[in-house]
Amino acid sequence: MKPKPFDYVRAESAEEAIAILADAGEDAKLLAGGQSMIAMLNLRLVDPGILVDVSRIDDLDYVEESGDMLEIGAAATQSSLQGWPGLAERLPLLDRAIPYLGHFQTRNKGTVCGSLAHADPSSELPLCLATLGGEVVLGSTGGERVVAAGEFQTGMLSTARADDEMILAARYPFRKKGEGFAFTEMAMRRGDFAIVALAAVATSDGLRLGVGGVADRPTVRDWPMLEGDALDDALNAFAWELGGQDDAHATARYRRELVRRLGRQVLEEAKSCRN
Amino acid sequence: MPKLNRDARHPITLTVDGRSVTGYAEPRMLLSDFLRQEAGVRAVHVGCEHGVCGDCTIRLDGKAVRSCLTLAMQADGRIVDTAEGLAEPGELNDLQRAFRRHHGLQCGYCTPGILMSASDYLERTPQPDEEDVRDMLSGHLCRCTGYAGMVDAILDVADERARPDETG
Repeated sequence: MKPKPFDYVRAESAEEAIAILADAGEDAKLLAGGQSMIAMLNLRLVDPGILVDVSRIDDLDYVEESGDMLEIGAAATQSSLQGWPGLAERLPLLDRAIPYLGHFQTRNKGTVCGSLAHADPSSELPLCLATLGGEVVLGSTGGERVVAAGEFQTGMLSTARADDEMILAARYPFRKKGEGFAFTEMAMRRGDFAIVALAAVATSDGLRLGVGGVADRPTVRDWPMLEGDALDDALNAFAWELGGQDDAHATARYRRELVRRLGRQVLEEAKSCRN
Repeated sequence: MPKLNRDARHPITLTVDGRSVTGYAEPRMLLSDFLRQEAGVRAVHVGCEHGVCGDCTIRLDGKAVRSCLTLAMQADGRIVDTAEGLAEPGELNDLQRAFRRHHGLQCGYCTPGILMSASDYLERTPQPDEEDVRDMLSGHLCRCTGYAGMVDAILDVADERARPDETG
């Protein structure tokens, strides 16, 4: 339960971190809040040659408006996002989802971008990014590129980030007029990994549901404004298409049932929150 | 900063419970181990070592965090507070007194971490309700006495602190 030996660098700037990544390639791992990375190091699930600590790069520790999105720098913690004054009003989905994200004690250190980089299929922040259609800013010695949420997470614990790239920031779109939001999840205990997590958006003419914890990545589906049996049928089809598996935490059948029942619940709640 | 070699022990200096501590750590050394082995702080308990149990919770620059999910290197130059610094030796602070009064502990293994979480939490949320306190405590596992006494103790301290004149 102690990490294997590794070299360590505390980067003072994004440029320094990127230069090390360009040099070391896949032998390097980035360390931000460490709430997943250090647990994996302790369990010896990862074995990097060099750990590049980006958690104290002051220039990347920010949460600020960027056009019609909220931009969160790579060193900003989940607590900083939770404490952003406009969150409840302008990003109601995140405001509802963050309390499910780990615990007070892990949000104090865990970063938003680190959670996206880790890409756990049941994680709340990647689910919200996918559901809201946000984006991720990646940097390398070749410059920056912006990847849409739908293209960013490519599977379980894997993303479109190349070995020589680091996430510089994530952007979550603000609420637009007339949209309603809801979030819920089922877990064995508060703060545990979600068995199924669901994020819903209702607009004047349609519904959107994002589901985490079932497929190998957060999966988003759009429908026109459905009611009654038509909505139940759509949810049932979606539950099957997600292709969940049996595992130690829940059966595939239970996961499908959660998508059907909680999906209905969050979509109805999102509809009722529209304004 | 320069790369720190995996096989060497590197000096780091941090403030622990108000005193400056210098010790040596390999890059892979966890802050929890550094605090126990190099700084001699026995109030930092080690449970699961992957961030679940909360026993090793300390305050890093004021914020309650898991010291087992922090490298010692990451605390270089920063301020660490543990349960040993809550009161003078032989004394208890108001939170510790409330835990004793409400039977908020039995074996005591989880207690120092919970005290550090609660002390950060109450500074940021001075008047929580019971649900808030239970949500904060969800980051800790207690395997003997349960959480009812802890919830009562924390709510009691919040009330006490809201009327400072009476408690002196």
